[in-house]
Amino acid sequence: MTARLPGNSEFLVELRDLRVHFPIRKGLVFERTIAIVKAVDGVSLSVRRGKTMGLVGESGCGKTTIGRAILQLQPLTAGEIRFDGADVAQLDPPGLKQFRRRVQAVFQDPFSSLNPRMTVGQIIAEPLVVHDVLPLAGERRRRVRQLLALCGLPGGFADRYPHEMSGGQRQRVGIARALALNPDFIVCDEAVSALDVSIQAQIIRLLEDLRDELNLTYLFIGHDLSVVRHLCDDVAVMYLGRIVEVAPSDELFSNPGHPYTRALLEAVPTPDPDLEKGREHEVLAGEVPSPINPPDGCVFHPRCPIAVPACRSRVPDLLPFGTDHEIACPETGAGGLSPSSPSLQQGV
Amino acid sequence: MSLLSVHDLELGFETPAGHVSAVNGISYTVEPGEIVAIVGESGSGKTVAAQAVLGLIPQPPGEITGGRVEFDGEDLLGFSEQQMRTIRGRRISMVFQEPMTSLNPVLSIGRQMTEAMRLHLGLTREAAEQRAVELLGLVGIADPGRRLRQYPHHLSGGMRQRVMIAIAIACEPVLIIADEPTTALDVTIQAQILALMQDLTRRLGVALVIITHNLGVVARYADRVNVMYAGRIVEQGRADSVYRRPGHPYTIGLLNSVPRLDRPRDVPIEPIPGSPPDPARLPPGCAFAPRCLHAVERCRSEVPPSISFEGGHTARCWQTAVTRPETAP
Repeated sequence: MTARLPGNSEFLVELRDLRVHFPIRKGLVFERTIAIVKAVDGVSLSVRRGKTMGLVGESGCGKTTIGRAILQLQPLTAGEIRFDGADVAQLDPPGLKQFRRRVQAVFQDPFSSLNPRMTVGQIIAEPLVVHDVLPLAGERRRRVRQLLALCGLPGGFADRYPHEMSGGQRQRVGIARALALNPDFIVCDEAVSALDVSIQAQIIRLLEDLRDELNLTYLFIGHDLSVVRHLCDDVAVMYLGRIVEVAPSDELFSNPGHPYTRALLEAVPTPDPDLEKGREHEVLAGEVPSPINPPDGCVFHPRCPIAVPACRSRVPDLLPFGTDHEIACPETGAGGLSPSSPSLQQGV
Repeated sequence: MSLLSVHDLELGFETPAGHVSAVNGISYTVEPGEIVAIVGESGSGKTVAAQAVLGLIPQPPGEITGGRVEFDGEDLLGFSEQQMRTIRGRRISMVFQEPMTSLNPVLSIGRQMTEAMRLHLGLTREAAEQRAVELLGLVGIADPGRRLRQYPHHLSGGMRQRVMIAIAIACEPVLIIADEPTTALDVTIQAQILALMQDLTRRLGVALVIITHNLGVVARYADRVNVMYAGRIVEQGRADSVYRRPGHPYTIGLLNSVPRLDRPRDVPIEPIPGSPPDPARLPPGCAFAPRCLHAVERCRSEVPPSISFEGGHTARCWQTAVTRPETAP
């Protein structure tokens, strides 16, 4: 196997067997570890250059931890993060600084992710100052205006404070700040979840336009499957620290393989009363188990409609399920559910 | 006679910046056993419009400046706090968005469940506890006897919302008002809770007013829908009629704003430009006019009247003859 040269790979970001475990400690003086939460437990994922990878799952599934690990905000327990062909853990300080310029983030809450004491201009210019990109104040001001315009805000907003703006405007400021250093890769962690429907649509459109215009690669972390499907080229579904299914978006949503993915899709109501009232809804029973004490075998088996006794002891690997499509469920298609089982098909 | 009928309700708040009107003359009805949705974005007034029904608007700073709220033939706005207490939690109950903040963290689940039953139904402690066990079973909580002795922090978000629903149905109300009951919950838990509420209302014949921003939830569960924008109901009607042929450009805009799983992935979404108006500075005329692509001069000066379509479906729009689609957007 030949060493890959940076910039040549089809994948911009690759995660290899990523593990993030949090010890739970007890005791003040003689502190001891009483349990371990495996927030991320063996995740491998490849994000294609110029494409958007969606990461979906319910609270506690580990999707945010993966985003934080990529952003170097969360140390790894094991595994490797490769960015543009290089192992991030092996980068020297200049390499790491370069990495931090090329990888940026947009977070969920535009209220708490902007410093209330800074003007919008200062907020957007901060990365330029920190990385010493544009040393002259005049140049920075021009760049800030350019970024505001790119994100659909008037230049006059540079002198305003976050509290003077609406939620949608604040999220635009957050995006402008993320773009300040011309990044290649942006982690969008629930970036549109806190916004009202009509404003959410504006921000989705902005993210799409910026991606096409600036050739950006996104990791889009979300829980709204309709939004994730719309925005993402590829989608990975997580449950309790593991990826249970990954496929190109069209494939995943038209031919979901894992029973959990099917249940998630079934749970999303479509804004069409005729369609909704004309079909039976199979509601997934039970709740996500505690990550402190996850079930043995397949972590989904206590809620799974097609579980067999073997699922209680066997930890399923991600295995091919058609072209570019992988699922971690040996029972799908093996007598449990066929891929085209009518009861769980989306739509009509 | 309708179970609940709200007529021209107007209410506002005194703020340091002056009087802000939150609800500008809304009217809607709820029939016995029916599921009615009030849909709108933040600041549209949907929550305060429902709180006013239960007399939960603090006055001051709030002030109800006009209208009537008729429940079972009586005007609730004329009720004293004493009289409201015989209605609230007894004949009308409420389920809130945040089960963590609406349950008291220092009281056991059992204590919180039995309190209202002892007060309203005059049950003894033993009888109330027995009923609490039955109710927890009804809302799908396993091992109810043990749960009664636990505290809210022992329960997951979905479980807490089940407890809230059990409390809401405890005194056999005829109307439940649920304000974003599942917004804080995960997708699969949201489906469980909504299916439970739908099942209970159908089985017990309780009417349900569900306040939400989720157009999918409305489509799946509601019989009728009221769309609110800037303190007014801009469209109302049977859910199927409103979704099939919406009459207000705001409703059309909302439906075009959401990506949908039942359409091809590359169907573009069409956001509504701009943002909702500041309630302290509502534009004259139609409040949606500044964002409306079809607005004409009249829209900016005169508040549009309610235009009636087939089957009791109405919309407040001057331009509806031009904008109302022949088929679903």
